[in-house]
Amino acid sequence: MPAKRFITLRFALAKTLPIALSYFFISTAYGIILGQAGYSFVWALFSSAFVYTGAFQFVLATFLTGGASLLTVGLTALFMNSRHIFYGLSFIKPFKKTGKLYPYMIHTLTDETYSLYCSLDYPKEVDETRAMVYIAVLAHAYWIVGSVFGAVVGNVLPLTLEGVDFCLTALFVTIVIDQWKAAKSHVSVLVGFGCGILCLLLLGASSFILPALILTSAILIIYNAKNTNKEVQS
Amino acid sequence: MRLSTSEALAMILLSGGITFCLRALPFVVFQNKKKLPPLLESLANNLPPAIMAVLVVYCLKALPSLPPIEWLPALISVGVVTAIHLWKKNTLISVFTGTLCYMLLLQVPL
Repeated sequence: MPAKRFITLRFALAKTLPIALSYFFISTAYGIILGQAGYSFVWALFSSAFVYTGAFQFVLATFLTGGASLLTVGLTALFMNSRHIFYGLSFIKPFKKTGKLYPYMIHTLTDETYSLYCSLDYPKEVDETRAMVYIAVLAHAYWIVGSVFGAVVGNVLPLTLEGVDFCLTALFVTIVIDQWKAAKSHVSVLVGFGCGILCLLLLGASSFILPALILTSAILIIYNAKNTNKEVQS
Repeated sequence: MRLSTSEALAMILLSGGITFCLRALPFVVFQNKKKLPPLLESLANNLPPAIMAVLVVYCLKALPSLPPIEWLPALISVGVVTAIHLWKKNTLISVFTGTLCYMLLLQVPL
C-alpha cells in the first residue's frame, strides 16, 4: 500500500520536526567537540549511532578528550541512562509488532522519541507500527547526521569555537527546570544539588562525580523506601 | 586531546552496551506485567531530576578553582538560560541563546 506508506512517512516527518531541530543543534555541538579534539567524523558517526543518548554523549565526549577509567565511564553511563529503564514499559506490545526491528526500536528509545510516542494521536490513514519505525529511524538519522556534520566542521574550522560546550550545561539546566516544574516534590532536585556541591567541595573537580551520583541514589532509595512503606501502611 | 583508538573504542562500546542493556531491561523483565514494583516506580520518578541536578554541578565543576571574576560568564549564562526557559519554554531557544551568550562573554575581556 504505497499511498498509506507515503502518508505515514509524511506524518512521521511532520511529527519529528521539533526533534530534528534540537537533535541537529545538540549533536552538531557534540561533533564539534570530538572534531576539535582530533577525532575524525567516523568516531562521531560510530558513537552517535551506537550509543545514541543525548546528555550522556556529552559527558562521554569529555571522557574521550580528557581520559577516564572504564569504571568511571561504565558507572556514569549506568547512572545517567538508568532513566531509560522506565521508558520501555509502555511500549512492549507496540514494539513487538515491528517484528525484526524490535531490538532496533529498543535501541532508539530516547527521551525525545519516548515523549513523542506518548503524545501521538494517529489518524486513520496512518499505519501506527510503521509510523513508530519511521520516527525511530528519522530521529536516529538526525542525530547521526548532526554529529558527523559537527565533527567535519570542528576539524575544518580555523577559529576555535571556545565555549560551545556550554550547550551541554544549558541543556541540563533546561531539563532540571522542566523536571522541577513537573515534579510534585522538589526533594530530588535539592538532594542532587546538595550532594553534587558537597562532593565537589570535599573531593575536588576530578573525582567527585561518582561519589556524588552514588550518594544521591542512596539517599533517594532510602527516602523512597520510607515513603513507599508509609503508603503501603496507610 | 585524543585518546588512543583502543581506549576510545572501549569507552564507546562499553557506554553503548550498558545503555542498550538499560533500554532492554523493561522489555525483558516486564514482558507480561503491567506495573512496576512501588519502590521502582517512585525511583523512576525521583532519580532522574536528582541526576540532572548533579550533572549541572558537574558542568560547572571548574568554577571553585577559578578566581570569582571568572565565574561570571558561566553564572550569567546559566541565569540567561533559566530566564529564557521560564519565559519561552522552548529548549532549543534556551540552549541556543545561552550558549551564544557564554561564547560572547568568553571573548569579551572583563
